[in-house]
Amino acid sequence: MNWSLFFGELVSGLTLGSIYALIALGYTMVYGILKLLNFAHGDVYMVGAFIGFFILQWLGGPLTPSVTPWLAVAIMFAVAMLGCGALGVGIERFAYRPLRDAPRIAPLISALGVSIFLQNSALLLWGPQFRDYDTFDLVGVKSYHIGQNFFISNIQILTISVSVGLTIVLALLVSRTRTGKAMRATSFDRDAAEMMGISIDRVISFTFFLGSALAAAGGIMFGLVFGQIFSLMGFTAGLKGFTAAVVGGIGSIPGAVLGGFLIGLTEAFATGYLPGGSVYANLYVFALLIVMFLIRPTGLLGSPVIQKV
Amino acid sequence: MTLGRGQPSEGGLPAPAPEPVDAADRTRVGVDEWVAEAEQRRAAQTGLSGMVVRVWERIPAPGRLAILIGPFAIFPFITSQGNLYRYGLITIIYALLALGLNIVVGFAGLLDLGYVAFFGVGAYLYGIMASGHSGHHLQAEIAIPIVVVSTGLLGLLLGLTSWRLLGDYLAIVTLFFLQAFVIFVNNANGGLNDFSYPFVGKVDLTGGANGLDQIDPFNLFGYHITTTKGYYFFTLISLILLMTMLYFVNGSRTGRAWRALREDPLAAEVMSVPVNRLKLLAFMFGAATAGFSGTIYGAVQSGAFPGDYDVGLLITIYAIVILGGLGSIGGVVIGALVVNGAPELLRSSANARFLFYGVLVLALLVAMKPWYKPVIVLLGTIAFGFAVHGIASVVWSRGTAGHIEGGGQFGRGLEHWVLLPRHTQSIAGWAYFALIVAALVLTMLHGWQRLLALIPTLYLASFVWENKLVEQVSGATRLILLGALLVVIMNVRPSGIFGTARVEIV
Repeated sequence: MNWSLFFGELVSGLTLGSIYALIALGYTMVYGILKLLNFAHGDVYMVGAFIGFFILQWLGGPLTPSVTPWLAVAIMFAVAMLGCGALGVGIERFAYRPLRDAPRIAPLISALGVSIFLQNSALLLWGPQFRDYDTFDLVGVKSYHIGQNFFISNIQILTISVSVGLTIVLALLVSRTRTGKAMRATSFDRDAAEMMGISIDRVISFTFFLGSALAAAGGIMFGLVFGQIFSLMGFTAGLKGFTAAVVGGIGSIPGAVLGGFLIGLTEAFATGYLPGGSVYANLYVFALLIVMFLIRPTGLLGSPVIQKV
Repeated sequence: MTLGRGQPSEGGLPAPAPEPVDAADRTRVGVDEWVAEAEQRRAAQTGLSGMVVRVWERIPAPGRLAILIGPFAIFPFITSQGNLYRYGLITIIYALLALGLNIVVGFAGLLDLGYVAFFGVGAYLYGIMASGHSGHHLQAEIAIPIVVVSTGLLGLLLGLTSWRLLGDYLAIVTLFFLQAFVIFVNNANGGLNDFSYPFVGKVDLTGGANGLDQIDPFNLFGYHITTTKGYYFFTLISLILLMTMLYFVNGSRTGRAWRALREDPLAAEVMSVPVNRLKLLAFMFGAATAGFSGTIYGAVQSGAFPGDYDVGLLITIYAIVILGGLGSIGGVVIGALVVNGAPELLRSSANARFLFYGVLVLALLVAMKPWYKPVIVLLGTIAFGFAVHGIASVVWSRGTAGHIEGGGQFGRGLEHWVLLPRHTQSIAGWAYFALIVAALVLTMLHGWQRLLALIPTLYLASFVWENKLVEQVSGATRLILLGALLVVIMNVRPSGIFGTARVEIV
């Protein structure tokens, strides 16, 4: 067995998976509370990546940053997360809130409209070309190896640990704080929660803020790991993020993370091992989704009643 | 439902038209359809639009069909070859496609986002069976039924996977299916990275990113369709047949069952309507229609290219169905005319400019009720523009240095009104951003505040249009407008402009 290939795909699968997990968290939270499939989520992720890019340019570019590189990365994360959080709140306020009591197909089509609007606005303003994050020049990618075959770079470590860290923060937020309790109550029964004095609008806005901020973090990670971003990157990533959420059990936070890693690993190992994998990896992810629907429609950790946020 | 929460229509764009049914009624369980229709008729019978609707409904069905299709039948005799293709044939193909989608979304209430993949499957399958690329030359009367049946079966298979979860899950499975289809046809050229199939090894199925070329023209029982006009009439006749068929299906047992499950699946199931089977049937019907339209499109283009069957087309078809009204058979034709006609007119920037300002003015006149308000806004905007231009030409002369290319008299007039900076790249980007914010803020204002805010917003809109949007009229701009249109229509009138359906997916 070729262990170096195996470990290579494992690490890249975990890296991809941690990006998907962040996207999936946004889907799963919004779905848990509103029962709405937020198609625009993938495009929020793309906008996040672009905000990060422009912040990097503003700080002097990857070659000559005006602050220390890791600080630049931190600023990128912070600004993009805040910016996309605001974007998410705005989308909810103007495209979904007026439709909260409309038939269920209406907000879905509205979401589709927002998605296409964001995607093409990006195309119009920023063009179809790739933009370079130039991670190599920015932070100096280092590769560590354990034993003979196991390699992992500092960017991959950063990505995986930031993703896991954000998830833990989110889980604590949902399970331990007052706002988290309000979120859980809203997801359980919106009308009852409203009667108990919970401000539904505020809870939903906050959920969109959190989800979109996480997506933005995912977008920047994508830029750091792959070095490049482009204006159409949101569509496929959003699709896989949603698949991750479904595979893990929609509405469940640990499920979303598990699903994300599963999708990432599937994609990586399909690329390395399965026939035609280098171009058809997405087809294998699709197959995984179908198989999941056939054997366990509620997802790995999903049980529609017990845990929904 | 009314614990101090905002009304559903709050934040909608300029004064929504009076809704036929009260918004809260739309989701009321167990509203008898007949009662709902009667209420709707009563509510709709005011004003000019109500009169049009009443007259329209009094015409018998064949007459309505003739009125809708009549202009299409005359069109080929009064226009040129190129116009016939661009405005006529493509519109009819879109209408045909939209009819199929209307069965799925409008009749049965299923959100099928992989719909255009079946369109693509139709084109590619026909191409594989009859083209110089594949080397087979099957006759169309054999190939078309094969395509229709196999796309129908493919639709059935895809629907089956989400058997227990039709609804949102169906949306995502079908969207992923579309993505998978696009990836597949982009790569299945028997190249280095392609699959090696059992028994046959590597096969060039789709020609990869270059597309499948040299597709045969239709050869129906020895008669070759070679001209645009020939395809035009072939498609038009198919459209008429399909519309007639749908009209009867709509009134049949199956049609009524579809509507029942669209309005309330639970109630329908309790009434022993076989819900799942009917959903799959609708799904299959839609897929087969799309496959059929795909063969026509493939033959017309004499090729199938991966880029044609992507999300852009999906949005276009959805816009048609929603504009025409979910569940409305005739509305689809009108929707196709608007959605295909407008971008074709947008193709030249001079036309686009007229269309843009024309639609803005019309929308104002229609949406704002006492007649003097839109007049005030328009005059105000014109005066505001000249004032800004006048100040800018003194203070910031670079801001007025640009020129409008090929705008004619109107364009030269505009040069004295709208700011045209020489280097537009970054400033137009920020203006675009500001315009979105301004438009959103506008929805939150009311009365005179909204009127006043409208003036700079309109000016900003024309600034952004002249400096940014007009560049990519047939590409990104078109999809931006369609996307915005979907959001606005859903917010103002969730059942579509001409639609009367109350659609609920479960």
